[in-house]
Amino acid sequence: MAFLGRRIGFYLVVAWAAITMNFIIPRLMPGNPVEILISRLSSQGELTQRSIHALTVAFGLNTKTGLLGQYGQYWVQLFHGNLGTSITYYPSSVAQVVMTALPWTVILLGTATVIAYIAGTVLGVLAAWRRGSALDTALPATTFLYAMPLFWLGLVAIEVFAVKLRWFPTSGGQTQGIPIGFTGQFLSSAVDHSILPALVIVVTVMASPLVGMRNMMVTTLGQDYVLVAQAKGLSQRRVMVMYAARNAILPTIANFALALGYVVSGAILVEYVFSYPGIGYILFQSVSNEDYPLMQAIFLIITLAVLVANLLADLVYVVLDPRSRQEA
Amino acid sequence: MAIPYGAAPGAATDELARAAPEATAGLRRHWRRHYPFKVILGLGLLTVFVLMAIIGPMVAPYDPSAIGPDTLAPPSAAHLLGTTQTGQDVLSQLLIGSRSTLLVGFVAGAIATTLSVVVGISAGYYGGAGGELLGMLSNIFLVIPVLPLLVVLTAFLPGAGSMVVALVISAISWAWGARVLRAQTLSLRKQDFVQAARAAGERGWRIILFEILPNEIAIVASSFLFTVIAAILTDASLIFLGLGDTNQWSWGLILFWAQNNEAFTVGAWWWFIPPGLCIALTGTALALINFGIDELINPGLRAAGRDRKASRAMTTEQGLTPVRRAGSTGLTTGSGTGR
Amino acid sequence: MTAPPAAVGPPVLEISGLCVEYGPAHHAVRAVIDVDLVLHRGEVVGLAGESGSGKSTLAYAATRLLRPPGVITGGSVLFHPDAGQPELTIDLLDAGITELRRLRWRELAIVLQSAMNALNPVLSVEAQLTDTLAAHLPDSTRAGRRERAAELLRMVGISPHRLHSYPHELSGGMRQRVMIAMALALEPQLVIMDEPTTALDVVTQREILQQVIELRDRLGFSVLFITHDLSLLLEMADTIAIMYAGRLMETAAAGRLFAAPRHPYTAGLLASFPSLHGERHVMTGIPGSPPDLRNPPPGCPFHPRCGFAEPRCRQSMPPLGPPPDARAGDRLVACWLQDGREDRPPEVSRPEPPGTSTRPALRVITGPVQP
Repeated sequence: MAFLGRRIGFYLVVAWAAITMNFIIPRLMPGNPVEILISRLSSQGELTQRSIHALTVAFGLNTKTGLLGQYGQYWVQLFHGNLGTSITYYPSSVAQVVMTALPWTVILLGTATVIAYIAGTVLGVLAAWRRGSALDTALPATTFLYAMPLFWLGLVAIEVFAVKLRWFPTSGGQTQGIPIGFTGQFLSSAVDHSILPALVIVVTVMASPLVGMRNMMVTTLGQDYVLVAQAKGLSQRRVMVMYAARNAILPTIANFALALGYVVSGAILVEYVFSYPGIGYILFQSVSNEDYPLMQAIFLIITLAVLVANLLADLVYVVLDPRSRQEA
Repeated sequence: MAIPYGAAPGAATDELARAAPEATAGLRRHWRRHYPFKVILGLGLLTVFVLMAIIGPMVAPYDPSAIGPDTLAPPSAAHLLGTTQTGQDVLSQLLIGSRSTLLVGFVAGAIATTLSVVVGISAGYYGGAGGELLGMLSNIFLVIPVLPLLVVLTAFLPGAGSMVVALVISAISWAWGARVLRAQTLSLRKQDFVQAARAAGERGWRIILFEILPNEIAIVASSFLFTVIAAILTDASLIFLGLGDTNQWSWGLILFWAQNNEAFTVGAWWWFIPPGLCIALTGTALALINFGIDELINPGLRAAGRDRKASRAMTTEQGLTPVRRAGSTGLTTGSGTGR
Repeated sequence: MTAPPAAVGPPVLEISGLCVEYGPAHHAVRAVIDVDLVLHRGEVVGLAGESGSGKSTLAYAATRLLRPPGVITGGSVLFHPDAGQPELTIDLLDAGITELRRLRWRELAIVLQSAMNALNPVLSVEAQLTDTLAAHLPDSTRAGRRERAAELLRMVGISPHRLHSYPHELSGGMRQRVMIAMALALEPQLVIMDEPTTALDVVTQREILQQVIELRDRLGFSVLFITHDLSLLLEMADTIAIMYAGRLMETAAAGRLFAAPRHPYTAGLLASFPSLHGERHVMTGIPGSPPDLRNPPPGCPFHPRCGFAEPRCRQSMPPLGPPPDARAGDRLVACWLQDGREDRPPEVSRPEPPGTSTRPALRVITGPVQP
């Protein structure tokens, strides 16, 4: 279990680094979020000195306590789940804003990524199993998909499927006016709105595990133990799955965790393009409105979520590869 | 935006790392005998775009920012790729924009690759606590999601020029290459020819430059291409979002304006299809070249040999050696029960 | 163990005129050319040769396990499951995949080098021993299979608690024993061993070989033992076949081959390693290197390196047939020197050892030499 221990330790370090970076960046950059808020609120009326001071403290920019003191306060706030107050959605807290948007992203992104990875892996295995088949020679065509800007594909998809063909809605997470809840009406509307963005993600994300898996399978099929498996007269399926794919999939799983960081980036763009009300879309809003607390909080959450996903992938890896259970 | 999802397709990293030394030798031998179609296609496409970047500004028919009377006009003799909503010529924008787009991509790629070579190889060769630390550092950069970080960074740096963006991109993308090179250097270091050089008293940096680096050229080349694709896509995505350098014309900027002016809803395909297509084709060109390098390294990966017909006739079932008797046209895989 | 060697029985595998090529038809490399080989029940046949001689290709092609781009282009491989029932004989080259799968492992098993790659790294030892049982004995129970797996491990001298281990937790010698146990799971008639001891140290090598012979004596299976190490074969094989550049050059009972080689290549090989017993002799190698199979020399492939080459050797390949003075039993050689002439070079005309049996006179590892 030393392997897992090391990975957890590593993730803790990254988490710390991300949190600290989150703390430092705004203080290094030009621009003071409080001033921005003040100027915005001032247009609605005068603010007293005390209000200004209260805001400064609320945003953690109280220079009286010194940098280290602020750092300490920052951690305390984090542990209380207090990520600050949003400027865009003032006076809602950042946490509230994030919690409304997060489920949309998780459902869209989560499902699409899983589908893409499974589809890519299975197709990669099949392409390698039947060398020289149509599937195998079509592989280089996937490089085109891989190199395509995701947002562009999204826009083209909207143009073709939503505007011209009218098969899908053009934007949004759901039809306006339907209250959120586990009602059939809401769910069907939500699914309807998520198909196009999900498809776009699947199409571009699928290329990497497909080719990676195919190449690993080709190498694995050349191994002695696969020869032995065939010599044993085992069924085609067992050889392909338990001997070849089981071994070939290991690097893909190791890469999946890494890939997730990039997939998240892609999903953000997709949400922007489709005006899908997830975390990415909110990140956008926060950038246009210079809502620094919200912006940083989202970045932090995304990073932490990716770390958790990485940890889960590591767990799966440990289960699948007995060699990793005893790291020297 | 499709920043490579983890590994670039075709770059199973460990395998790449293991086979690198033979690959470089193989590269030389192979080029003389086979000229894989993929690579030629890739190089051809790339040349087209590089030419566009170099001579574009000189051959562009109009000033890309000049507004004109024909608004949202489909392609015609006067405007080969039509015009935007303010009468600007799309073709000129495309030609002029190619320079900035490709430049950012290649500069970011070059810087990132250099960084990854320096960090990766020194971490692998000198090892020790420093090596572990550098390894950890690159892992950190690998795990952190790139676009959100870039969005946050560029949001804090409004009005940053394209070179600054290139620098920022390269500051984040060096990690993947560094990790692969570190792993490969670690394993090369144990090999006999390196040990021999050390025993003979050769200095560290000389060993790195003349013994280790030549064996890793294939990985470095692949890593460079991969990073350039990523950088172009990232830069385009950033500009599309309205961040990064919005003062210079680039393919991403064309798309930004297209999006902002609802080109999609009015169906002005000549406005938004060409820039996206160019980005995709440039990326594809680089990926094809990358594929070519991969297949050099592991010839088993080639999808179909030069003999397409023969190879197709040889699509065999696994675990069943085919039997080809003289006089028969194809292969039998057996169906009878013998005598 | 000093039990006498098992009697050699009727043929179990008959390879005739087997030809194997690599690559598409017009620039194919001929890896195995016209090979005839017969294995009898209970016999240990050693297949020796340098790298690239085609010995492994021959064995894998015969069992249809050869990987692409290998293609079989001629010959037949007759498998006789039961001498008393000739109607069950089947040509493996004509069989379909279902039939082959039925035969595989039940009748024909393979053992490879014990390197990490021969055992599936992600499956436990038990899983790898039992999956073939499950595939071929559909009526078996889980417990029954586990019991059989434990029995197999005990048979090769490994503790049954190793059932739960993974390959990377075993030493090289243990992995090899597991492979042997696995091969014998269904009590096959023929076991092909491809360089099974090459990766092991000498002491472990001996132990493994001893184990194999013991098991052969007990269970009566045949072994096709492929190696480049002729000295090993001289001690454990009943018959030895020498391959060069895809062709069979000589076959004979081990003792006769050792004492009286008939092919210059065999003589050269025998002179290349020292013997622990017997007289001291000057060691000579064989100058030159094996031919490039894409462009083999005309006639006999060995002639460029042969000290006795004549013009005829450059023109045509000598046929494989018994040398004129062969006393009894099969021995075959493909050399123009054995055409019946009086003045053969001494290296290839030493007198055959006494005794009419085809059993070898040397049996170092199974105990004192039997009279």
